[in-house]
Amino acid sequence: MTNSSTSEPLNYLNHKTGLWSWLSSTDHKRIGLMYMYTITIFFCTAAILGLLMRIEKLTPGQTIMTAQTYNGMFTIHGIIMIFIVVIPGLAAVFGNFFLPIMIGAKDVAFPKLNLFSWYVFIAGAMLGLYSQFANGHSPDTGWTFYVPYSASASSNVVIALTAAFVLGFASILTGLNFIVTIHRMRAPGMTWFRMPLFPWSLYATAWIQLLATPIVGITLLMVIAERTLHIGFFDPALGGDPVLYQHLFWIYSHPAVYVMILPAMGVVTEIFPTFSQKPVFGYVPIVFSSLAIALVGYFVWGHHMFTSGISYESRWFFSFLTFLVAIPSAIKVFNWLSTMYGGSVDLKPPLLFAISFIFLFTIGGFTGLTLGSLATNIQLHNTDFVVAHFHYIIFGGMGFAFFAAIHYWFPKIYGRMYNFKWANISWGFLFVGFNLLYFPLFVMGIQGMPRRYFDYDPKFQTGEMLSTIGAFILIIGLIIMISNLVYGSRRGAIAPANPWHGVTLEWQIPSPPPHENFDEIPVITHEPYRFDHPYTK
Amino acid sequence: MSTTEHSEFIDSDTGKLGMWLFLFTELFLFGGLFIVYAVMRSKYAADFHQAALELNVFVGATNTVVLLVSSMTVAMSLTAIQQKRAGKAMGLLFITLLLAGVFMVNKYFEWGHKFGLHLYPGSDVMKSLPHGEIMFFGLYFMMTGLHALHVIIGGVLLTIVIFKIKSGKINAEHYLLQENGALYWHLVDLIWIFLFPLLYLVT
Repeated sequence: MTNSSTSEPLNYLNHKTGLWSWLSSTDHKRIGLMYMYTITIFFCTAAILGLLMRIEKLTPGQTIMTAQTYNGMFTIHGIIMIFIVVIPGLAAVFGNFFLPIMIGAKDVAFPKLNLFSWYVFIAGAMLGLYSQFANGHSPDTGWTFYVPYSASASSNVVIALTAAFVLGFASILTGLNFIVTIHRMRAPGMTWFRMPLFPWSLYATAWIQLLATPIVGITLLMVIAERTLHIGFFDPALGGDPVLYQHLFWIYSHPAVYVMILPAMGVVTEIFPTFSQKPVFGYVPIVFSSLAIALVGYFVWGHHMFTSGISYESRWFFSFLTFLVAIPSAIKVFNWLSTMYGGSVDLKPPLLFAISFIFLFTIGGFTGLTLGSLATNIQLHNTDFVVAHFHYIIFGGMGFAFFAAIHYWFPKIYGRMYNFKWANISWGFLFVGFNLLYFPLFVMGIQGMPRRYFDYDPKFQTGEMLSTIGAFILIIGLIIMISNLVYGSRRGAIAPANPWHGVTLEWQIPSPPPHENFDEIPVITHEPYRFDHPYTK
Repeated sequence: MSTTEHSEFIDSDTGKLGMWLFLFTELFLFGGLFIVYAVMRSKYAADFHQAALELNVFVGATNTVVLLVSSMTVAMSLTAIQQKRAGKAMGLLFITLLLAGVFMVNKYFEWGHKFGLHLYPGSDVMKSLPHGEIMFFGLYFMMTGLHALHVIIGGVLLTIVIFKIKSGKINAEHYLLQENGALYWHLVDLIWIFLFPLLYLVT
């Protein structure tokens, strides 16, 4: 039903109203937003759990919770953040919303499947939540579910495993949908190398989702069988092998890191040209580095297991491949910097977040190499250094890219603008809070503070306290940012269709986009990021 | 053109590409089990040899033939629908379902026999076996169990296809669902083609 009584022009937000019109919508834009709202709620929940953990570590010994509660809390924090927030994150939200628009399509290839995968995602998320509360004790295995503990722990591990399995299924369906969309739905004239780079990064991501997720699916099923049927694949008492579990788990879960970071790289690759008003530097190398990261990233899982008793040969092999992945990542960093060089750089909030992405991602990347070296790994394995490293990559990388993306595409999504001043202030809090929270963990990790410990030696008091202060600053930044965005979406000034003078297709249609994106499908005649083209003037 | 809903029509090549990608994920799902098989087999070659003798090659071979024939009938039904012979297409799909039933009944007796001998995960008899044999039977139940689940899913899918042919929604012009159902059925067959030698023949 079209609602013609409103004075506003019809768009995807107002052409139908009511809760059911959202819950039954196969429109990729609405599904993207539904993912965004769900993910935001879970993100805030898990962020609060993180804050509680930090408060616990404010002083040595028990501060506000017992050791068992702490174990449950870092497990829940990990499961929610990894499986519900970060893995689907950018692809399911901004990928869904902007992939079809950026390649000149009216929707993804399988709109109904897209809606279905949101429901599968919700079912998985609900199961995840249920696993925390059922029977009064949450899983305490950590998000990695390592056997043999996960096979015998007397907590709701089976429900959490099932949740992760279901969420993986949703992830596979999204990846499948994107691959087919990119192959089949590109506008006439949009050859592969005329495609913008965010879709390219989603393409590389989707292949990882498709080819890696089933492995973790079957692995989780095997752990479920281990617990319910005592099948014994991972139980040494029956002849099984716990290290085999680690292999199978990381065959998925390391590529999953690239599922998180590749779309983040894609987002900032869109932002740098727009805010420099200059074509992206090295389009082709960026494309191939995305594919190379996806490909090589599939074969580095063993670096999680250097201390698990794998052979010397496989250790140096995995270490070598780990160093190899750094090359395409570095290529991208140099391309982003070169894109800004000599451009008319406009330091608006999206660019601010994108630049801090480079800074944080680079720190995360270099410390990743420290962990990938066999000698230093022995010292740093299972310390806070690892925690700091992956938060720099996942939160500093993917998280800040998510913030950059929402500030970049916000006017397109809602047709309104947020307040720049408050956006900059929230950035300041987030950036300072983030570094204060995680940087001390590098130092304490080198000094030997183990990860996942509820208590610590009093000599770490200063670092732990600084980190906790950082957590509070970060949370304040989050509150300011979310309030600013929520206010902007309802009361913000009306935004023009192309506030940043972008040249990709999403900026050539009205804000918010019409229900079917394009009145007529555009014909693409040139490569993306041409800022001299008439329609940008 | 109506602007209230996106087009319902999915072009056949697009639909098939999606199905092929989905089949890849299924292969990788079983791939995880094949990795475990490879690792355990190299670790416990002698035990695997001993345990595999326990399986009945005749039943396994019968089931292989049954599934291969069912793959043929499902392919024939696709040709039949393309030739506008809906009745024949439905008949062939029905035969496919019957063969799937035969496969499952065989499987039921096979599993039942093992349970009769108390050869199932967690049983006392099983725990008393050498480690490699425990792994073999664990893999046997996990692999054939997951495969049987796929037989059931495929059967449900083909049943839906039969009803859609009956109602005319699948016809000589639009048979994407039937084609994808047949592809899925071939996958079920393909996986079995790997399971049969790995579990029954290689001793």
